Amino acid sequence: MESTMVTDFKDIKQEQMQEFLHDSIQVPDDLQSNVMVTTLDKVYNWSRKSSMWPLLFGLACCAIEMIATAASRYDLARFGMEVMRPSPRQSDLMIVSGTVTKKMAPAIVRIYNQMAEPRYVLAMGACATGGGPFKEGYSVVSGIDKYIPVDVYVPGCPPTPEALIYGLLKLHEKVERQSITTVPWYRKGANEAIPVPVLGPDIFDPRKVQIIKEQTLGAAAAAKGPAVSKARLQPQPMAEDAKARIRAAQAKYRAQKQPA
Amino acid sequence: MFGTGLLKGLGVTLKHFTDTFTDDRRKEPSRYEGSIKLDDGRRIIDQPITQEGLLTIQYPEERRLLPERFRYIPMLLWDTEIGEDRCTACGICAKVCPPQCIWIVRDSDENGKPITRPAEFYIDVAVCMSCSFCAEFCPFDAIKMNHDYELAVYDRYPQLVYDKEELTVPLEYYAALWPTQFAEEQAHRAKEKEEELRRNEEKKRAAAAKAQAKAAGVAEAGDGAAKPKRSKEELDALKAQAAAKAAAKKEGGADAGAVETGNAEAPVAEDAEAAAKRARLEELKRKAAEKAAQRKKEGGA
Amino acid sequence: MSEATMVAAPPVADPSLPYNDTVAGAVVGTWADDTDQALFVAPDKLLALLTHLRDAEQYDLLSSVTCVDYSAYKGKARAGISERFDVVYHLYSTKKGGGPVRLHVRVPDGDTVPSATGVYPGANLQEREVYDLFGITFEGHPNLRRVLTWEGFNGHPLRKDWQEAYFDEETKPFKNRHPAGSYQWHEDKLPWGDNNTYPAGWDPDSWEAPVSYVPVSQAPHRGFGELDTQSIVINLGPHHPSTHGVFRMLTRMEGETILALEPEMGYLHRNHEKIGERNTWLMNMPFTDRLDYINSMSNNLGYALAVEKLLDIEVPERAQYIRVIMAELTRIINHTWSIGFILNDLGALQTPALYAIEEREMILDLFEEVSGARLMCNYMRFGGVVRDLTPGWEERAKYLVHDRLPRALDQLDELLSGNEIVKARGRGVGYLSAQDLIALSVTGPMIRAAGVPYDIRKAEPYCIYDRFDFDIPTLAESDIYARYYIRLLEARESVKILQQALRDLPPGQINAYASATLSQGFGTIMGGKGGYTFRPVEGEAYARVEAPKGELGYYIVSDNKTNAYRYHVRSPSYINLNALGPMSVGYKIADAVVILGAIDIVLGEVDR
Ligand code: SF4
Ligand code: SF4
Ligand code: SF4
Repeated sequence: MESTMVTDFKDIKQEQMQEFLHDSIQVPDDLQSNVMVTTLDKVYNWSRKSSMWPLLFGLACCAIEMIATAASRYDLARFGMEVMRPSPRQSDLMIVSGTVTKKMAPAIVRIYNQMAEPRYVLAMGACATGGGPFKEGYSVVSGIDKYIPVDVYVPGCPPTPEALIYGLLKLHEKVERQSITTVPWYRKGANEAIPVPVLGPDIFDPRKVQIIKEQTLGAAAAAKGPAVSKARLQPQPMAEDAKARIRAAQAKYRAQKQPA
Repeated sequence: MFGTGLLKGLGVTLKHFTDTFTDDRRKEPSRYEGSIKLDDGRRIIDQPITQEGLLTIQYPEERRLLPERFRYIPMLLWDTEIGEDRCTACGICAKVCPPQCIWIVRDSDENGKPITRPAEFYIDVAVCMSCSFCAEFCPFDAIKMNHDYELAVYDRYPQLVYDKEELTVPLEYYAALWPTQFAEEQAHRAKEKEEELRRNEEKKRAAAAKAQAKAAGVAEAGDGAAKPKRSKEELDALKAQAAAKAAAKKEGGADAGAVETGNAEAPVAEDAEAAAKRARLEELKRKAAEKAAQRKKEGGA
Repeated sequence: MSEATMVAAPPVADPSLPYNDTVAGAVVGTWADDTDQALFVAPDKLLALLTHLRDAEQYDLLSSVTCVDYSAYKGKARAGISERFDVVYHLYSTKKGGGPVRLHVRVPDGDTVPSATGVYPGANLQEREVYDLFGITFEGHPNLRRVLTWEGFNGHPLRKDWQEAYFDEETKPFKNRHPAGSYQWHEDKLPWGDNNTYPAGWDPDSWEAPVSYVPVSQAPHRGFGELDTQSIVINLGPHHPSTHGVFRMLTRMEGETILALEPEMGYLHRNHEKIGERNTWLMNMPFTDRLDYINSMSNNLGYALAVEKLLDIEVPERAQYIRVIMAELTRIINHTWSIGFILNDLGALQTPALYAIEEREMILDLFEEVSGARLMCNYMRFGGVVRDLTPGWEERAKYLVHDRLPRALDQLDELLSGNEIVKARGRGVGYLSAQDLIALSVTGPMIRAAGVPYDIRKAEPYCIYDRFDFDIPTLAESDIYARYYIRLLEARESVKILQQALRDLPPGQINAYASATLSQGFGTIMGGKGGYTFRPVEGEAYARVEAPKGELGYYIVSDNKTNAYRYHVRSPSYINLNALGPMSVGYKIADAVVILGAIDIVLGEVDR
């Protein structure tokens, strides 16, 4: 049967890939301390940490200190990190340097999703770590770890270049402790994309839709909401005229697009 | 002629290049002049404003000498002279803090009467904007800005909510970091010191007469934070909390900056906790002494 | 000032009020006579009055448009006025200099205001901001969309009754921080552990984002010779190497030529003003550091000046000099930095920027020594500066301004100014006439590069700038090259001012009040009130400084409380972006990148 052949072949190929990628190096527990693997780990980690290319990603004030870190006085090139490029595809490290706003969060998550494993995230500064001085604000995400996993947090406002480098060294330490046999990114499903948050009346994480629904539509909301909506102004739906304006604009745009 | 401007510009870069290159080839490049060499191959560099060319500071092996007023995250002072926290839980720092990242629980004696000592003192470092208002407005010189910037951690909570223990440093440490300001303050204090001490004594005596329980707390104060007298349940709950926190920290891998190092061991029993604290204070003192020595050296040079 | 004029405006036009002789019935009263007096304007006469002021009175620069929601106002002066909002205009003249004309238009909730964009195109972005944050509709505005938040955002956050998810209390300090320990970590407050709030009855599953209509799609379609080409829309940003931060440009292109360009911002909107209205007056100081985070010193200065206006404090001589020194040092930082990054955008990747940063580090060392931080100096206070200079600081600064900086600037000049590539890329690109620039409310080096010698340090001197001998350099070309070169010239003028200021720096007090830094009890801080709780008189003030990027203004309203009632920042970066679209049309996409770079924006200030 032709078709099964093909699917078989696909499966075989996939299996081979799997093996090639990690099963072949999957060492039984008693061999974990095997010299081969540890040496391999060393080489693997050394090469990863010595050329950890950051994603050029300046968000706010902290970015200025990040630039200062890359400039002559502190010179990130000493760590093999001078290749700061704005493309996520070739980057290993995302330095989230500055305040993450709700409007920006979807973009950040999308960029994170585009980065290839192994990827690391360093939250630089109080803002990226936990909202910082602007935490109470209505359009600030209180810490990028709400959406993407963070490996190292560097507090400070702004962290001095030394503090940032210290954070990077911490990250190097973390990298050094990883073993090629246990790292998650050669496993199935490791590269799953993080759902991109959506800008609704307020930003919402698709992963949290259930909780949100319970609050907005559930019994709690019907009974005038306990903790959530008591003190807060009940927001209005979008104004009719705004809607009308948008509709008119859309119509205009469509009319323009279609040649008569 | 077309291209002359370009060449002129390239001349500037060439000069930059040769200058730095020859400088770097020297046995002792100019950027190391006047730097303090530590025994383990590390250096403290006080970069002069005349520094040209190669001014890279190769952190972590080389560090920049921080100016005295450098501010990063606040610290609470443990007055080693009188063996007490300087903080009186007056709450001014919590009031002036712009992002409101300080929160304090004032201590109380067993009758529920508030006493001038913080039971808990937290700073959310993930919010603190290093503005130094708390240090500016504290009327008791109890909170000052730390110079320690090596605070990166693997986990945000609870590592980045500093509690009183993590924030507390001995007075010597502060004196080493902020020598000028410390001297000024000491001079200012010296005037009132006699009286203040006397008042303190009186207070202590009065307190002792009123409740022996508190006296115990004061006596114990020599080797750790002045532990308020608590009921057994409270104490147990606190211990459990501390243990949980320590465990969480451990999970987070290596702990925060050097200052926090001592805290990583799980302080299950109170003795262990006190010991850890003592060890940490020792460590801090050692660091402070080192810093002071550096400054002396620098002063001599 | 009589109580009567402050309390309620007379209903009929009063001929004794200004401008009523020419535009009858336009001005219906006055407001805040104690502080910065403003005129109440009848909404229907607004455009006529603006036109008159622009054409006959030479008030050609609409500096600031903002709004105040008076619904929670606790002062006395508002008694008898029922309208909820005041839209506030500040007009200046670039020709005669001097102070502003301040106009207030009162509107009840739900009413519209005529858009000033017809008279002053520069009102564009600011009216959009008011619409976004206050929900006031401007009639006749060509493009009234949300600008700092997003389309579909729930409510208008700067209204006084709008509360965010992490809402604690109306004003700081929050009571739960001390001494009871009832503080709840913000994250634990809401079930989703984030500072989001959703309307009751809202269903996330059925949510469809409203389509936001951006006017680039309306750009005129131009044929390309014989060929009928199709234009396309290209999006740059918000994460893009050429946008200097999180900024977005929508361009409509034909080939490589830009037909229309529309800036999109708000990606760094940090609620500066909302937080600022909750803060005590003093608490705002470190927040201003984070506006234009390259120039924290001049931000501090502007804010200090505004509050001092309300407090009526005399700043000691020495503090005045220190302030000027710091402000000018930041200007040099900013200008060298921006030159470096303009060149970066031109493709001179990093070398000029690295040279500039090197010098910057030296200045930052000086800042760090006096203030404790490299970037976020938080150095100025109401009535002076926080700490005196350290011993030896002056010598170092003198070396810097007499020796090092002039040399560095010459070096930059030599490196770049003659460079043929810079010339080829910069000459004639991004041209906009001086008139257009002013109409678009552009200020700062941009208009000086178009030949307008308008500099607030000369036009309406603040601090002690009138004592120094310096020029306002101007260039006529108004292109990218001129914008690059004007910054170099201005930096040189700054060096000149610095040399004089350091020469004349007198000894003495640095703060109008005794030191607040050392423990001397509360009694001595801020005249016995405790520096963190003072109450400025009721009224409003607008103070502006010539920040390196243009006119930086702080508009504050006080209702005699410890917190600012309204706190608005007129940020040059934001308003200068008005010109980005018009400047880029007709040039290539690669030029748009440099045109943006030459405006020199900082996103912290654009979005606030
Ligand atoms: S942590 Fe501080 S310096 Fe960094 S982005 Fe936030 S406010 Fe700016
Ligand atoms: S640190 Fe100072 S200001 Fe803060 S509570 Fe303690 S004594 Fe008061
Ligand atoms: S430094 Fe500023 S933000 Fe940090 S705790 Fe002190 S007052 Fe609060």
